[in-house]
Amino acid sequence: MSILPLIILLLAMCATGYWYGSKKALSAPLPVRYLSSGNPHQFGLFVVVWGVLPPAMLFILWLVFSFLPIDADGSIAQQIDKVVFPALIMLGAAAGLYMAIREINPKLRVRKSLERCVYAALLLASTLSVFTTVGIVLSLLFETIQFFEKVPYSEFFLALDWSPQTAMRADQVGSSGSFGAVPLFTGTMLITFIAMIVAVPLGLMSAIYMTEYASRRFRATVKPILEILAGIPTVVYGFFAALTVGVFFRDVGTAIGLDVVTESALAAGVVMGMMIIPFISSLSDDVIMAVPQNLRDASYGLGATKSETVLKVIIPAALPGIVGAILLAMSRAIGETMIVVMAAGFAANLTANPLEAVTTVTVQIVGLLVGDQEFDSAKTLAAFALALTLFVITLCLNVIALLVVRKYREKYD
Amino acid sequence: MTDTQELKEKVSWVTDDAMEKLARRHRSERRFKRLGLSAIVIALVMLATLLVSIIGRGYTAFIQTTITLDVTFSEAIIDPKGARDHKTLKAASYRTLIREALRKEFPDVSTRKDLRALFGLISKGAVQEFRDLVISDPDLIGTTSSVELTASDDIDMFSKGYISRNVSEEDRRVKDIEIKWFDQLQSNNAIQTVFNKRFFTGGDSREPEVAGIMGALVGSLYTLLITFIISFPIGLMSAIYLEEFAPKNKITVLIEVNINNLAAVPSIVYGLLGVALFLNVAHMPRSAPLVGGLTLALMTLPTIIIAARASIRAVPDSIRNAALALGASKQQSVFHHVLPLSMPGILTGTIIGLSQALGETAPLLMIGMVAFIVDIPGGVTDPATVLPVQIFLWADSPERAFVEKTSGAIIVLLGFLVFMNAIAVLLRKKFERRW
Repeated sequence: MSILPLIILLLAMCATGYWYGSKKALSAPLPVRYLSSGNPHQFGLFVVVWGVLPPAMLFILWLVFSFLPIDADGSIAQQIDKVVFPALIMLGAAAGLYMAIREINPKLRVRKSLERCVYAALLLASTLSVFTTVGIVLSLLFETIQFFEKVPYSEFFLALDWSPQTAMRADQVGSSGSFGAVPLFTGTMLITFIAMIVAVPLGLMSAIYMTEYASRRFRATVKPILEILAGIPTVVYGFFAALTVGVFFRDVGTAIGLDVVTESALAAGVVMGMMIIPFISSLSDDVIMAVPQNLRDASYGLGATKSETVLKVIIPAALPGIVGAILLAMSRAIGETMIVVMAAGFAANLTANPLEAVTTVTVQIVGLLVGDQEFDSAKTLAAFALALTLFVITLCLNVIALLVVRKYREKYD
Repeated sequence: MTDTQELKEKVSWVTDDAMEKLARRHRSERRFKRLGLSAIVIALVMLATLLVSIIGRGYTAFIQTTITLDVTFSEAIIDPKGARDHKTLKAASYRTLIREALRKEFPDVSTRKDLRALFGLISKGAVQEFRDLVISDPDLIGTTSSVELTASDDIDMFSKGYISRNVSEEDRRVKDIEIKWFDQLQSNNAIQTVFNKRFFTGGDSREPEVAGIMGALVGSLYTLLITFIISFPIGLMSAIYLEEFAPKNKITVLIEVNINNLAAVPSIVYGLLGVALFLNVAHMPRSAPLVGGLTLALMTLPTIIIAARASIRAVPDSIRNAALALGASKQQSVFHHVLPLSMPGILTGTIIGLSQALGETAPLLMIGMVAFIVDIPGGVTDPATVLPVQIFLWADSPERAFVEKTSGAIIVLLGFLVFMNAIAVLLRKKFERRW
């Protein structure tokens, strides 16, 4: 079923409606026209709105209808799909246009009704974000519930063995995969921890230097350059981590007699930390700037040096904001995908050694869903369960961070 | 020192101890400052390392080694019947022509194994070039002329110096005999390096030397177009509503909190939403820019809304009040006055959101834009891949030559991002207004 001719026809009808509507508005005798509440352009738009609204409604109905699982009368359903709905849409448009044109007279408050339509459109657009969230939660939840029908909660959250490869045939060896997600969580935590060790000191110290020590010119040049780090696509970081940093750490390890694998957690973590530096530095930059100047002045007045002021006055005052920034950065690190997909391993290892390869939640989601798969196997559903866990964890971190930051703002506003 | 002594006599509390302590405090102050500076320097060094390592690896992707051979366009092989029609020319065995030319160049190669190595000097993709050449100019048939042919990836790597001669033969992709031929060709001036046009005009390929990024670029363009068409109007409308019309009640607060949270949801979760919503429920085509664009639009929406709201909020109330005082309706004041004034900021935010979408990979992996696709997509429903995913795919390929292509593609991607961000900065600089 092609929609394009239908849309073109509809547009043509509306254009004619616009032209006719504005002409009809203009054709009223002059004194009446001046008293009118709208101009011809608005009358034309009024007609167009009435020409578009009924078909739009019908179209939504059509979409709902075509997604309904109707399989009993295939031919009838097809007839309805092919003939009835296009015809209905055209009829609706024609009827709407006709009604609108008949309605036109100078006393009609077209602006008012047009504004009501615009308001409705704006309201509708702003609810889309809510629907996105609902969509995310629902789509993850349905699959996750199915997953937990096959695999018990206790296994997923407590078991230590992750090997989701399910066999094609039932009698194959090792056909039942095991879904203990603990190694994934520890792997994610390990890499996130390394990333934070790199990013927090560097980001925080550079924010302090930028706000308290740097000259205006230094700040104006260096800050945008640091922000470049945030703008580089993650796939580029992944390539860098896998090919440069991983190999470098392995070579250094060999040189000093340590056994470092190329896909070590260290390499992925360090590169991820590098990506997060501007995130932490610009967020803490904002909160440090928001600390009132009189706190600084009071401290200087008592004879404190700049570093003493920073460490004993500014950081404690800005602490909630800084904690919020770190939490947001952590949630970003946990959800980061491409760096770990390209630079960390796929095998689930339960270890705290940063020189070994670990895997993360996001790596496993990619591993389980990329490629051909049947949609109701436990293997595919496991990806959705992992994603829901990821979503809930990052959501909690974000909400806490936002609350902390908001509380802090109120204190100084 | 005399000053200190005078001070000491005047005020008794300036003891040696106190001076020592002060000096210590000043030392730690200097140390702290240096610490801050070194943090910035370390971050900058990291950035420089990243850029240098990628550009150093990737700039050679833009040049390509070619081998010039005297080829006899033998009529007996191309078109024995003399028909000269398109079908015959297309089906002819051009590989034989290339092989004949190589044999003529190296008459002393005879064993089957050596011959295979010899034919391996020329890329498999060269046949295609050759065919196009003959089809575009059938008069060549029956003549002998020198033709530039793309070298195979190993020879290309060798010629660019990525494969060292000093390694023992077993560990080297290019064997001694190939090096001998290469040197012979080089002494005849048959080896040239030319600008790699194919890299920018070709689609993906299994052969690194003929793989190009055009397919991925077009895919990115379509995807970004869909993202823009969906996310810009909706983002703008919801920003206007939330900033100008929304009543201050619980529902509005809910929407606000919700948008802030959506901005921080991991991108891979959007990928799963795309799978569930657009592929499983709506049955849209897999791997298509349409689905990718819609998924990225949902992801970009919060960024655009947040930027647009900040920009609208920055317009002072006096503008709105002036419009209202002259009899404009609330909507007229917004659409005729506030919106035009905040447009530069909104566009800047949109461009930044779109540049994020351009570099995004993970959600597109989920909806299946990772397929190996040779053809350049012709529409938003054709299977396609995008530039970051192409980078991911090439980074996974084992051939040495793909490392260079990957870095080359990254340079192109970064170039586009720099371009978009430069536009955003320019817009902000040119139209920014301080109220």
